[in-house]
Amino acid sequence: MTTPRSYLGQIQPGWWVLAAFLLVYPWFATNFFTYQIGGYTLILGMIALSLMVLAGYGGMVSLAQITVAGVAAYTLPIFGENSVGVLGLGWPEWVLYPFAILIAAVFSTLVGLISVRTEGIYTIMITLAIAVSFFFFARQNYALFNGFQGFSGVDAPSFWGIYWRDPMPFYYLCLACAAFFFCATVYGARSTFGLTLQAIRDNPRRMGALGYNVTAHRVYAFFLAGLIAGTAGVLLVLFNGRVSPGTIGVDIAIDILVIAVVGGLRHPIGPFLGALAFVLLENFAIDLIDRERFNTVIGMAFLLVVFFSPDGLIGLWQKAAAKMRRRDNHGAKPTVKSTGEETQADLA
Amino acid sequence: MHLKTVLGEISGYAIMLYAPIAGLGGHIANSYRIEVVRSLRQRPLLTALVLLLAVVLLWMIFAVWPEWLVDALGRKKTFVNTLLNGLTLAGLYFLVASGFTLVFGLMRNVNLAHGAMYLLGGYIGYEVAERTGSWILGAAVAFLALAIIGVVLQLVVFRRMQGDDLRQTLVTIGISIVAADLMLAVWSGTTYQFQPPDWLFGATELPIISAIRSSGDAVFLKYPTYRLAVLFIAIVVGVALWLFLNRTKLGMMVRAGVDDRSMLEATGVNVNLVFAMVFAIGAGLAGFAGVIGGTALSIAPGEDVRYLLASLVVVIVGGMGSVTGAAIGALLIGMAEQFGLAYFPTYGVVLTFLIMIGVLAFRPQGLMGQA
Amino acid sequence: MFVKPKMLATSVLALSLATTTAWAEDIKMGAIAVLEGAFAVLGEDSMRGVEMALEEFGYSAGGKSIELIKQSSDASPDSAVRGARKLVEQDGVQILVGPLSGSEGIAIKDYSKTQPDVTFVNGSSGAQDTTLREPSENFFRFNTEGAQWMAGLGEYVYNEKGYRSLAVVSEDYSFPYTQVFGFLEPFCRLGGSAPQDARFYVPIGNKDYSSVIAALPDEVDAIYVALGGADAVNFLTQYEQAGGDLPLIGGSITVDQTVLGSKGRTREFVIGTPSAGPISDTWDDPRWQAFVATYKEMFPDGFPSPSLFAHAYYINTKAALLALDEVGGDVSDGGAKMREVLAALEFETPTGMVKLDERRQAIGSIFLTEVVEGPDGNLLNKTIKVTENVNQTLGVPYEKFLEYGAVSRENPACE
Repeated sequence: MTTPRSYLGQIQPGWWVLAAFLLVYPWFATNFFTYQIGGYTLILGMIALSLMVLAGYGGMVSLAQITVAGVAAYTLPIFGENSVGVLGLGWPEWVLYPFAILIAAVFSTLVGLISVRTEGIYTIMITLAIAVSFFFFARQNYALFNGFQGFSGVDAPSFWGIYWRDPMPFYYLCLACAAFFFCATVYGARSTFGLTLQAIRDNPRRMGALGYNVTAHRVYAFFLAGLIAGTAGVLLVLFNGRVSPGTIGVDIAIDILVIAVVGGLRHPIGPFLGALAFVLLENFAIDLIDRERFNTVIGMAFLLVVFFSPDGLIGLWQKAAAKMRRRDNHGAKPTVKSTGEETQADLA
Repeated sequence: MHLKTVLGEISGYAIMLYAPIAGLGGHIANSYRIEVVRSLRQRPLLTALVLLLAVVLLWMIFAVWPEWLVDALGRKKTFVNTLLNGLTLAGLYFLVASGFTLVFGLMRNVNLAHGAMYLLGGYIGYEVAERTGSWILGAAVAFLALAIIGVVLQLVVFRRMQGDDLRQTLVTIGISIVAADLMLAVWSGTTYQFQPPDWLFGATELPIISAIRSSGDAVFLKYPTYRLAVLFIAIVVGVALWLFLNRTKLGMMVRAGVDDRSMLEATGVNVNLVFAMVFAIGAGLAGFAGVIGGTALSIAPGEDVRYLLASLVVVIVGGMGSVTGAAIGALLIGMAEQFGLAYFPTYGVVLTFLIMIGVLAFRPQGLMGQA
Repeated sequence: MFVKPKMLATSVLALSLATTTAWAEDIKMGAIAVLEGAFAVLGEDSMRGVEMALEEFGYSAGGKSIELIKQSSDASPDSAVRGARKLVEQDGVQILVGPLSGSEGIAIKDYSKTQPDVTFVNGSSGAQDTTLREPSENFFRFNTEGAQWMAGLGEYVYNEKGYRSLAVVSEDYSFPYTQVFGFLEPFCRLGGSAPQDARFYVPIGNKDYSSVIAALPDEVDAIYVALGGADAVNFLTQYEQAGGDLPLIGGSITVDQTVLGSKGRTREFVIGTPSAGPISDTWDDPRWQAFVATYKEMFPDGFPSPSLFAHAYYINTKAALLALDEVGGDVSDGGAKMREVLAALEFETPTGMVKLDERRQAIGSIFLTEVVEGPDGNLLNKTIKVTENVNQTLGVPYEKFLEYGAVSRENPACE
């Protein structure tokens, strides 16, 4: 049995430094860096994290994670308030937000039910098709989704005397959610469920023969990932103040995949690293390169990662760290292992 | 002069597509999913229903519509035109999707750059046709160029990650992002349309009466000649693929590989050669379809994603890895899209995906897919 | 432990970027347009318009030099707002020009309400609601919008062409709705009809119109087509192939140069198609001719003639520069004085005089054109008539205009 104390004691000092940095970050960063770089990175990171949970631990690459987030994002103006005069049932916030997250999680579960009954690689095709069909449906339907225009005028809540779209409160809100899901993922990966899921990823047939319900585990993973993506979706619509089919387009679905893969699918910090790189590029690439070929740069970066560092930025980091350590303790074996389980211990 | 041949082609195509379902064309069906046919034979009621539907459809195409039918469905011209549009669009979708499904079936490679290949084929074909003035040469070069690109991709990229399905798929996504952007750099956002050979331009009068004038004269239906040609080409390609898969040694290896790849390897076949060949055919067909589609419709940035999605949906519905499945899927999706556009345009797109989700819910492996 | 260097690097980056403050004397102008993806060619032409205006003023106004900072969006409202936020909150621009498309415009207008000290002038976006409903105090639009662009066309086809009943083929989103509304409103008031079951709203990006064409009614006088770019090219070709013989009426981007000049078969049958819009390539007025000449000289690799995007960005940028000149480059009050000047500004553009109404929306000239065959066999638009002083409410009072309701698939009813 591990006591909480010793559990905290296992955490390596690097993480404490990171946590401290993230906590004091808005005190010296400008509003822009707090809100648009900090807040948006955390939101995108969470959506990519939900993909990482499915792909990294479950071996199921879902391209519908932005769609799940979009379901939560659309729930807010539909059941809450908006300024376009379509629906807007005016539910109070304390019901609305949990409801939106739950709806997203249920939607994610349905996606899981449809897509995991077949072989692993089919998931990517089916989720892509679902993502696009939802995009088209939202764009064509005016009664529920207000079509091409979508909804605007989604306001953030004010309580405790704080307006939660102000940069600093919003950043801390995102940080709290991201930190929660990050820790939950790290913890969950070592839970019985997490270990079973990873075993299913590695050999579904054997796990099935051992009496595990493979489909149920996979679908439950979709439900959990839906909670993460749904929460991120709520934050996303608060961040933008609006949601439209452009928010959930197929290009964004691919962006999320790029973020998760470039960051690394081995450890939950990967998606956040990927998101940071992506957001910085999106905002500042135009100052460095001709924006016209932005997609080529993104695509090439993605290809390079897939080719040379399948574990993404984390993989690069681990290689470098392993090299350094080898230099330190002459000839000691590199400690980077190939299974996700040990890699985490390594990083933590 | 086209009338009779065209008619023959349509019915030929219909038989080829419906045969496996109805259990009529034993020969074709036998080579494929015999169990499906057998299950249909065991269900005489269903077979009768399909036959009845076919008869009703034929009557609706050739008879002059009575008043009540016009009241219920609108003009006959709209209905028959939409039906033909659905058939011809299905032909185009079949051309694109058959390559996709072949590659997937054999190599488990979900080639998400298939749409980019379609678009590139269209552009290359356009350049060649423009320079040489020969549309046919353009189509041939598009096929060859993409076949070569396919082989190179297979040998240089995918062979290195054999067995790692996910990584292969990710690579194809990366390729499609970069390719789309580079094509935009070269060919810009302009819309390109091919000039088909003159004898294919314009409309052909079909022996189908669309209405009777008050003077008593019959008005015959006119239909764009080129679209009939698309249908014809799709049938030719479909038959050629069938012959290739069932009558050649290479085709038998491919079929064996689809069923059990490791056994094929164990028999000493040069699997890499087979893979490269299949990839060449798959990519070449995508490029060829780019020219066909660019002539029937047009090519412009964004078409890559459209045809990728069409291929995805067609093979998800039809069953992954099955060429017959691709034909059935293409027919279903093409019809759904066109009838949607004509009768409820705003939700036509959604209908397609409803079909897909319906199929997935009841038959996750697709209509013709292996369980 | 390992994470530290990376985080350190990030914080250094953050600090260094956080300290880039504006030169006290300079004025920073941000410009946002779609510079990536399929619409990048349009965005680039927009930026040419901005540069033309700045060049005309020697990159200075009211004695201050002007620094231009560009930003790209991907045509979605979300990315337009993110781009605007970067320009305003990070780069500290005092004036922002943009965006390009309609739904982006509404999003930027909403954003402008949260930044009262920054002056927003539109780029080329043409959605009605950007200025018609809940306008923003600091958002100015010196270009006309989608419904205004149709001015005179409805009357023309009713009176001159004698059309009484029409079918409509349109893309299914707000910009074409606006065009359909602007066209049908006068047409139906005169007594014309366009029944709901003869209106076909097709998803944007659809390429196969053959079934829509088959479903078009035979008994109408003409078809009003509000499609753009590749969609328009496809519709026209397929309509010809299907042996269609009804006359057509074009929306502002249905028979423009991008469609008439697309690669492939020339479409003789569109000759005589009337259309209307904010510019006319062949207008022989010296002001327009001079604008075209400057454009060609500055951008030899640009379009053969400036697009409506270059034109709109040009006049919006020029308006901002004129106002800056007038206040001596003084925006120390958060631009309040400059905006006062802007609201009352009236100036000469390549397409005639422009002024603003009380919701800061342009009142300007609209061109009625018809497709003709040019001297070397290519198709171009000939100017038939110029309607000056077209306002947003199409000549009726504001309150009454609002009663017409928001643009939609069914508006106007017109049975």
